[in-house]
Amino acid sequence: MRLSSLRGVLLAMPIALLTLVPLLVVLGAFLDPQPEIWTHLIDYVLPDVLKNTLILLLGVGCGVLLLGVPLAWFTAVCEFPGRRFFSWALMLPLAMPAYVLAFVQVGLFDFTGPVQTTLRELTGDSSWFPRVRSTGGVVLVLSLAFYPYVYLLARNAFLTQGKRALEAAQMLGMSRQQGFWQVALPMARPWLIGGLTLALMETLADFGAVSIFNFDTFTTAIYKSWFALFNLPAASQLASLLVLFVLVLVGLEHWARGSRQYHGRIVAAERIQLHGWHRAMAVVVCTLVLCMAFVVPLLQLLFWVSSIWREDLDARYFGFTLRSMAISLLAALIVAVLSLCLVFIQRRFAGRMTRWTVRLATLGYAVPGSVLAVGVFLPIAWLDNLLIPLAQSLGFAGYQILKGSVAVMLLALAARFMAVAFQPMDSAMQRISRNQEDAARSLGLSQRQLLWRLHLPMLRGGVLTAVLMCFVDVMKEMPITLMTRPFGWDTLAVRVFEMTSEGMWANAALPSLMIVLTGLIPVVLLVLKSED
Amino acid sequence: MNKIVLSAVGLSLLSALASAETVTVYSSRNDQLIKPLFDAYTKETGVEVKVLTDKEGPLMARLQAEGSNTPADMLITVDAGNLWQAANMGLLKTVNSKTLTENIPPHLRDARNQWFGLSVRARTMVYNPSLIKADQLSSYEDLADPKFKGKLCLRTSKKVYNQSLVGMMIAQQGEAKTEQIVRGWVANLATDVFADDTKLIESVAAGQCAVGIVNTYYFGRILDKLPADKRDAYPVKLFWANQKTNGTHVNISGAGVTRYAKNEAGAIKLMEWLSSEKAQNLYADKDMEFPANPKVKADVLVSSWGPFKQNLINMSKAGELQGAAVKLMDRAGYK
Repeated sequence: MRLSSLRGVLLAMPIALLTLVPLLVVLGAFLDPQPEIWTHLIDYVLPDVLKNTLILLLGVGCGVLLLGVPLAWFTAVCEFPGRRFFSWALMLPLAMPAYVLAFVQVGLFDFTGPVQTTLRELTGDSSWFPRVRSTGGVVLVLSLAFYPYVYLLARNAFLTQGKRALEAAQMLGMSRQQGFWQVALPMARPWLIGGLTLALMETLADFGAVSIFNFDTFTTAIYKSWFALFNLPAASQLASLLVLFVLVLVGLEHWARGSRQYHGRIVAAERIQLHGWHRAMAVVVCTLVLCMAFVVPLLQLLFWVSSIWREDLDARYFGFTLRSMAISLLAALIVAVLSLCLVFIQRRFAGRMTRWTVRLATLGYAVPGSVLAVGVFLPIAWLDNLLIPLAQSLGFAGYQILKGSVAVMLLALAARFMAVAFQPMDSAMQRISRNQEDAARSLGLSQRQLLWRLHLPMLRGGVLTAVLMCFVDVMKEMPITLMTRPFGWDTLAVRVFEMTSEGMWANAALPSLMIVLTGLIPVVLLVLKSED
Repeated sequence: MNKIVLSAVGLSLLSALASAETVTVYSSRNDQLIKPLFDAYTKETGVEVKVLTDKEGPLMARLQAEGSNTPADMLITVDAGNLWQAANMGLLKTVNSKTLTENIPPHLRDARNQWFGLSVRARTMVYNPSLIKADQLSSYEDLADPKFKGKLCLRTSKKVYNQSLVGMMIAQQGEAKTEQIVRGWVANLATDVFADDTKLIESVAAGQCAVGIVNTYYFGRILDKLPADKRDAYPVKLFWANQKTNGTHVNISGAGVTRYAKNEAGAIKLMEWLSSEKAQNLYADKDMEFPANPKVKADVLVSSWGPFKQNLINMSKAGELQGAAVKLMDRAGYK
C-alpha cells in the first residue's frame, strides 16, 4: 500500500466506523450458527425470494433509468411548454414515502378500488384488468417511487456537462440522437450509476412497499426470520449476505469504470427546441409521471385527511413537525459534511484501499432499517451498561446516558444515509479535472485554498442535491428513529408507523401529508438555487 | 434559620419527586389506542405514564440489550405469541396479583403469570350473503374442502394473527392434519393473499371472495364508519366459526412487567387498573375488541354480533407453536 493511500484509509476510517461498527455487529451473528432455520429457509423460502429480489432489482433498475434519464434530459437540455414547472415538480415524488405510494396505487387499482369498481359498474366485468398485486405492479410502483434519485443526479449531470462536447460531436457528423447516446449519456455515467445505486440500495432495503404487495424479497425473508421465527441471529446472517451482495455490485461498477474520466468544460448553451411530436411527447411523459408518482397519491392523502383531521389534528402535531424538521436538517448537514470529507479524502489520497474504505462507509443504505437499527443499538446499549454503573457511583442517577440522546440518534441516521449524500458529491467531484487543480496550484493556491476556492464552489450543485435528498430521506425514515429516539421525541414518521401498524391508513394520511409538505420546502429551495 | 429553609426546600423537593411517580411502558400498540387510557390513569392517580412505541421485534431486542439498565417497567404488545416470546427470552417477571388473576380468565394469561391478556380479539369468518349462505359455513377446517374452491380469501401468513391461528390448530389437531388443512386453504384461494384484513373484507363485499378469515375489530371499524341505518345492508356478515366443535379462535393484546422494572409496584398497579371494569370498557371499546375481564360487556356494536363460544385453549400455545406454524405455512405454499 502506498503511503498516501494509507493516510487516506486512516483519515476515512473514523467516518467509515460509524457504519462499520453496526455492520460488524450484524456480521457477528455468524458466530451463532442457526442450522435448523437455514435448512428451512434454503428448502422453502430462499429460492423464491432470491428469484423475486433479482427480478425486482432488474425491473426497478430499468424502470428508474427509463423514467429518470429522459425526464432529466428533457428538463435540463430541451425546451418545451411547461419545462420550468416540470423541472422542479418532477422532484416532488422524492417526498412521497414508497409505502404510501404503494398503498395508494394498490388501493386505486386493485379489485375493490375505484377504477375496477367503476369498470364493473359500466361493463359488468373487470377481470381483464391487469393485476396490481403482481411483479409488474410492484416494479412499476417502486420505479415511480425511486426514479427521483436518478432524475436529480442525471439532471445535475446534463446541466453541468456543457454543450461543447455535444457540439463537437455534431460537427463530426453525428445526429442529435447519436450525440445523446454516444456523448451525453456516457459522460453522465457517474451520475447515472450514482442514482441507480441509490435506487437499487433502497429497493433492497425496502420492506414497507413490498409488504403491501405481499411480494417476498430478501428483506421479507430477513423480517420473517426475526419477527416470525424470533431468530435475530438468522435474520442478521441474511442481512450480512445482503451487504456482501452490495459490495460485489460496487466492486463490479468500479472495475467497469476503470480509469475513465468524466470532466469537461461547462459552457451554457441554447436549449434544444422540441418540435412536433417530440414536444407533445415530452409534455405527456412529464405529466403522466408527475400524476402517477405524486399528484394522484397526494389527492388520495388529502381525501383521507379531509375525513379525519377534525379528530386527529391536535397541538401535538406542531411538535411532531418541528422535531421532524430539526432532526432531518441536522442529520442532513452532518451527513453532508461527513460525505464531503470522504469525497475529499478519496480525491486527495487516491488508491484502492482508500476507495474501499470510503465505499464501506456508504453501505448502511442497503441494509433493512430495522436490522441496521439493532446494529446501532447494541453497541450503544453495551457502552451504556458500562457507563451507567460508573455514573451512578459518581452520584448521577439515570438509566440512559448515550442511548436516548439526540446525538446518538443523529449518528445512527448518518450511518444509514451516508450513501445518499456521497453519491451526488462524488459524481460532482469527477467533473473537476486534475488540470484544473494543477492550474490552480500553479497559481500558488495551497491545498486548503484549493478546497475553498476551487472544489467547494464547483461542488455546490452536488452538495445541495445531497442535503436535499438526505433531508427528505430522514424525514421518511422510520426504524432507526423508532429505535434510537429519546422518550417523547416522536416525529411525523413515528406517527405514520403507529397508524399503519394498525392498518389505519386514513389516520396515517395526516402525518404522511405533513411529511410530504415539509419535504417540499427543501425541494423548492433547491430549485430556486439551481435554476438561473 | 438558613438550615431550616434549606431543609424545608429539600423536603418539598423530595415530596414533589415522590408524587411525580412514573411508569415507563414499551408498547407495540398504537399510541392512539392506549394514550386515552393512560391519560385517564394519570388523571385518576397522578402517576405519569411514559410510552415508547416500536415494533415487537425491535422492542424485545432493545429490552434484551438494555438488560438491568432498562428504563422500561412494562411491555405491551398484541398477540399472545409475542408475549410468550418475550417471557421465553427472560424479559418478563412473574406477577403475584390477586386482582389480575381474578379479573383475567386462566386461558388468557401465562401459566406463570408473566403476562396477562387485556383485550380479546376473535379471528373468525366473514362472508358475502349473496354468494354463500351461513348454513354452508361451519369451521376453519371445513374451508379446506374443495367445495370452497375459488371462494376463499386469506390474509398473508406473515401476519402473526394467522400464525397463532395455525399454531392453535397444530396444538389441537396435530401437525400433519393442520398441514393438510392449510394446503386445502391455499388450493381454494379466490385471489392472492391480502396484506391486511380491511382490504380482505372490502373484497368480500365486492364479491371477489365469498368467505374470508379476519379479526372482528376490522369488521367493526368498517361498520362503525357507516351510518347506523346502512350497517344492516352492508354485504358482509360475520360468522362465528367452530361453534359446534372447539370454539372460535381468540387471541389477546396484553402486557407484562419487565424483569428489571424499576417501578415494579407501579407497573403492577397500572396493569391491575387496566384489567378493572372501568378501564376494560375504554380499552376494548376504543378498538372494538372484546374485554378480557368477563364481568365487562363489549361495545354495543360488538355485542350485536351475538354471544359465541371461545376456544379455551391456553394462549401460550400460540407462542410455543409459532415457529412450527410459520414453517408449516411455508411448506404448504401459503404466502
